[in-house]
Amino acid sequence: MRVAGFGHAVDTAQPVSFTFDGKRFSGGQGDTLASALLANDVRLVGRSFKYHRARGIVTTGSEEPNALVTLTRGAAVTPNTRATMQPIYQDMAANSQNAWPSRAFDLLAANDLLSPFLGAGFYYKTFMWPQSFWEKVYEPLIRRAAGLGALDPTYDGTRFEKAYAHCDVLVIGAGPAGLMAAWTLGQAGLDVILADEHDTLGGRLLLESETINHTPGHIWAAEMAEKLHAMDTVRIMANTTVTGAYDQGDFGALQRNDAHLANPDATLPTETFWRIATRGAVLCAGAGERHIAFPDNDRPGVMLAGAVRGYLNKYGVAAGARVAVFANNDNAHQTALDLAAAGQAVTVLDSRSDAVAQGDYNLLAGAQVVGTSGRQGLRKITFTQNGQTRSMACDCLGISGGWNPMVHLTCHMNGRPTWDENLASFVPTPGSVPGMVVAGSAAGVMATGAVLADAVQVASDLARDLGASVQTPILPSTEDRPTGIKPLWEVRGHGRAWLDFQNDVTTKDVRLAAQENFRSVEHMKRYTTQGMAPDQGKLSNVLALSVLADATGRGIPETGTTTFRPPYAPVSIAALGAGGHGKGFAPERFTTSHAASVAANAPMIEAGFWYRPSYFPQPGERTWRDSCDREVAMVRGAVGVCDVSTLGKIDIQGPDAGAFLDLVYTGRFSTLKVGKVKYGLMLREDGFVLDDGTTARLGPQHFVMTTTTAAAGQVMRHLEFVHQCLRPDLDVSFASVTEHWAQFAVAGPKARNLLHLVVDGSVTDDIFPFMGCGAVSIGGVNARLFRISFSGEHAYELAVPARFGASLFDHLLRAAETLGGGPYGMEALNVLRIEKGFITHAEIDGRVTADDLGLARMVSGAKDCIGKTAAGRPGLVEDGRQQLVGLRPVGTVKKILAGAHLFNPGDDVHRTTDQGHITSACYSPSVGSSLALGFLKNGRARVGETVVMVEHLNGITATLEVCDPVFFDPDGGRMRG
Amino acid sequence: MVKLTPTDPCADLLPVEHGHAVLRAVAPTDMWLVAPYNGKAKAAAKAAQKLVGQGWPDPGQGALSDGRGLLFFGHAHALLVGVAPSKDLMKSAAVTDQSDAWAVVDLSGDAARDVLARVTPLDVRPAAFGPGQCARCDIAHMQGAIVCLAPQQFRLMVFRSMAKTLVHDVTVAMESVAALGKTA
Repeated sequence: MRVAGFGHAVDTAQPVSFTFDGKRFSGGQGDTLASALLANDVRLVGRSFKYHRARGIVTTGSEEPNALVTLTRGAAVTPNTRATMQPIYQDMAANSQNAWPSRAFDLLAANDLLSPFLGAGFYYKTFMWPQSFWEKVYEPLIRRAAGLGALDPTYDGTRFEKAYAHCDVLVIGAGPAGLMAAWTLGQAGLDVILADEHDTLGGRLLLESETINHTPGHIWAAEMAEKLHAMDTVRIMANTTVTGAYDQGDFGALQRNDAHLANPDATLPTETFWRIATRGAVLCAGAGERHIAFPDNDRPGVMLAGAVRGYLNKYGVAAGARVAVFANNDNAHQTALDLAAAGQAVTVLDSRSDAVAQGDYNLLAGAQVVGTSGRQGLRKITFTQNGQTRSMACDCLGISGGWNPMVHLTCHMNGRPTWDENLASFVPTPGSVPGMVVAGSAAGVMATGAVLADAVQVASDLARDLGASVQTPILPSTEDRPTGIKPLWEVRGHGRAWLDFQNDVTTKDVRLAAQENFRSVEHMKRYTTQGMAPDQGKLSNVLALSVLADATGRGIPETGTTTFRPPYAPVSIAALGAGGHGKGFAPERFTTSHAASVAANAPMIEAGFWYRPSYFPQPGERTWRDSCDREVAMVRGAVGVCDVSTLGKIDIQGPDAGAFLDLVYTGRFSTLKVGKVKYGLMLREDGFVLDDGTTARLGPQHFVMTTTTAAAGQVMRHLEFVHQCLRPDLDVSFASVTEHWAQFAVAGPKARNLLHLVVDGSVTDDIFPFMGCGAVSIGGVNARLFRISFSGEHAYELAVPARFGASLFDHLLRAAETLGGGPYGMEALNVLRIEKGFITHAEIDGRVTADDLGLARMVSGAKDCIGKTAAGRPGLVEDGRQQLVGLRPVGTVKKILAGAHLFNPGDDVHRTTDQGHITSACYSPSVGSSLALGFLKNGRARVGETVVMVEHLNGITATLEVCDPVFFDPDGGRMRG
Repeated sequence: MVKLTPTDPCADLLPVEHGHAVLRAVAPTDMWLVAPYNGKAKAAAKAAQKLVGQGWPDPGQGALSDGRGLLFFGHAHALLVGVAPSKDLMKSAAVTDQSDAWAVVDLSGDAARDVLARVTPLDVRPAAFGPGQCARCDIAHMQGAIVCLAPQQFRLMVFRSMAKTLVHDVTVAMESVAALGKTA
């Protein structure tokens, strides 16, 4: 219910209407879903994961284990939203999870009755047999029964984004310590990012009634926020949860942008995942209250004591009409004081027999709650005091077992926290994350005055370390409250006592784990799933290990903690993968002829990031084969034009360019004449073939190397490696010119005729013999012409600066048409090169040597080259290696498929009898048969033999004849002529 | 004789404006990759000084004045912009024409740095990346270069073939920043 005069964050004069499980409610501007539900006396908000127990709101923040709901906004469905972090907006639709048919009457609550059989390890012990049942029966059943909210698998158009930020100091958390640290650092002139997971700065000050400088804490926080906003050096990132600490001062952070909006702009990213690079960081994450394990401590209405007063102070909401507090520390008494100030009668049950009342409320010292009742919400508690057991009616019980410093982030780089006996908590171990220091309650400093002083001290020290000069601020006055505590982890009694609400782990489960020898805290965690839910056990981990310590007879420090890993709070996968949707998935590289190819209805295939035309369909052609066969015949019979700009082109210059090429290529290039082109083979250091291509000598110190499309980047990297690491003495430099030149193959018996229609001047055999190159001009534009052929035809490659690429392609096509030619795509290009036995990376797959390819003669014996020695290793020169061969069908089955394997006729088809495989296959209209290239054991010596092709995917078997890989024009007369 | 007509990779895609950021195409100009030969760095710097009024750039440095300048462009290279190399420069350095190799756009406006924060991991705070500074860096998922031309104006370059992706990715970032600005 709403309490008048309280709730500085909520404007009830601005009502906000929303629905929960279809029922309409009203809250105020500034309410979270949790506070609005409590204001409407809705306490049962969902069902637990395993036992489907009725559950209610426990906290006010991101550590909330129970109040997870599914939000529906337009087409977007967001499950597992923490009601404590979700602001309400007009007409918000929220639904409870994990309950059917309703949260009040959930059929799977029957699980709770079976709880004696469903303890830790139940799955492991029960679903062992029969083995085949696991996948078909057990797992589907368990999956259906388990889980919380369900994702909508359809893409709803919601945007997410990733971004980068840089600063001198990242301050994590904007409670009193964070505000003070940011102010101190900002005043020192350092670039500060202050990140806080809530929309308003202030942290616990927003939830408490205490004063700073004699003003309410939330007002002091607002004033500080205003000051920080005004500072150029401080960047405030609200709604931003720092989720992980990583190497080199990098932090991950998730910012929620539209959680408060009813109709966010379609272009507004729902969340931004930040990567923040910083020189230093101050963790001011504060402390989190922990509960106490006692029987049936999970009923709706059982909350953290700090949350009970937080809802009152910040939201003006009474969490119950009759409130009790069960605690072991002084701090929890503040809940009674605050509620008393609001006119509510409160009873504090303090487990310490020497506890003293701090104000006008009923105190039961030395009392312990031993049970609760109320099926869908707390109605009564049972407690013991002075040996007597009594009951008390109440609908809200605030629990406090003390406060845990939020050490999470300090452990992200394998740090372990240190046990502090006085605090009965783990505190950060200094230096756990390089460059990050911890201040305030996160460091175990609990009183507000001490927190502020600690923040100033820690921030000042860090500022000095970073070379800044610091003006020590005057500390504000505070009204420090007592912080005494006497550890109490568990109250044993009849019934289950919950540790991890989210994963339904009880003290019994932990004891069972210990009993079954899962005594290590890491083993216990995995056996019981304690702390493995989305809340990462923020409320329960310390409690659980205290129970484990008790069960194993060890102390808490000896028992240790489990590993805290990023993310600190749940991060949606969509945020982590932001930018990877649709066109953001990968860059698209388009050639200058792309638009013309698309206009010609050419389907595109991707080669790396490049888009290349597959074929150019003509009217009447029904399949790609129709087009491909025509294009091959066109090139063999007239002339074809193909955009080959995607091949890597590397400009190599310098006095030692020739010597360098001699080193990286198997052949000698230093003696290549200017105006000539040579085919080259490049080896990796391990002796296998890296790439092949042609290199042209444009001048005495100037070469241009071509690479395959696929290996362009790899070759460039190789060249840089060889130069920088192996031969830095060579005076040579490299520049990728792939993008500067648009290059087109002009191939076919009428290639020269076509050039004469386009190029200024004449192209003759004298000037451009086979493997010749040189400068030409096209309409006055400087161009390069190379007489090289990947088709086996009389062919050229013509290159112009890319700005003229589209225009040249257009001219080439128009000229080709007058000669009976036209464009050809990748399919035809592939057929043409297979007919000629030319290799691509289908053959150069990283496992083949020059000799395997039949190119051993290209490895010069007169000089050394990268990979030459390694290529001579016994394993690479032994008999029985698979060698490149040609293959053609000779049986009734005429189809050959790449990827198929080869076997000797009569052999069993088995990996041990494998003779090789097919790398490339096509139907050749020139030869009138299917053809293939492949690798076959001792292949070159087996020309004329037959082998059996087995293709398992399509179930095709064919008999093939082994032949020379050059099927067409074996003497090369067509391309040389 | 045929007449070849030039095309610009970004011209049909730009300008684009969202919120306080504008993305415009940059007219093609001379761009040459310059790599001094061994022992010729000083001579190359001197030749560059004559051409563009500035010597060899330190790492991360490079400014454009009236569209001309010499930008740091990697461990062994600088990019000569706005002018063709002189004979003096060609004697002391390998020069390679890159005029058509890059898609070049200018991002400007008060929100420009916020937009950049969404496409590059580069530290683009004014103190870290101001006029006269440039970097080879990631732009979205492409390798590129960014030059700070003025406090709120940046030149972005990626390979020409990726012009559409550049415009797409920067536009998405501009839309996001503009939408975020409305919620602030």
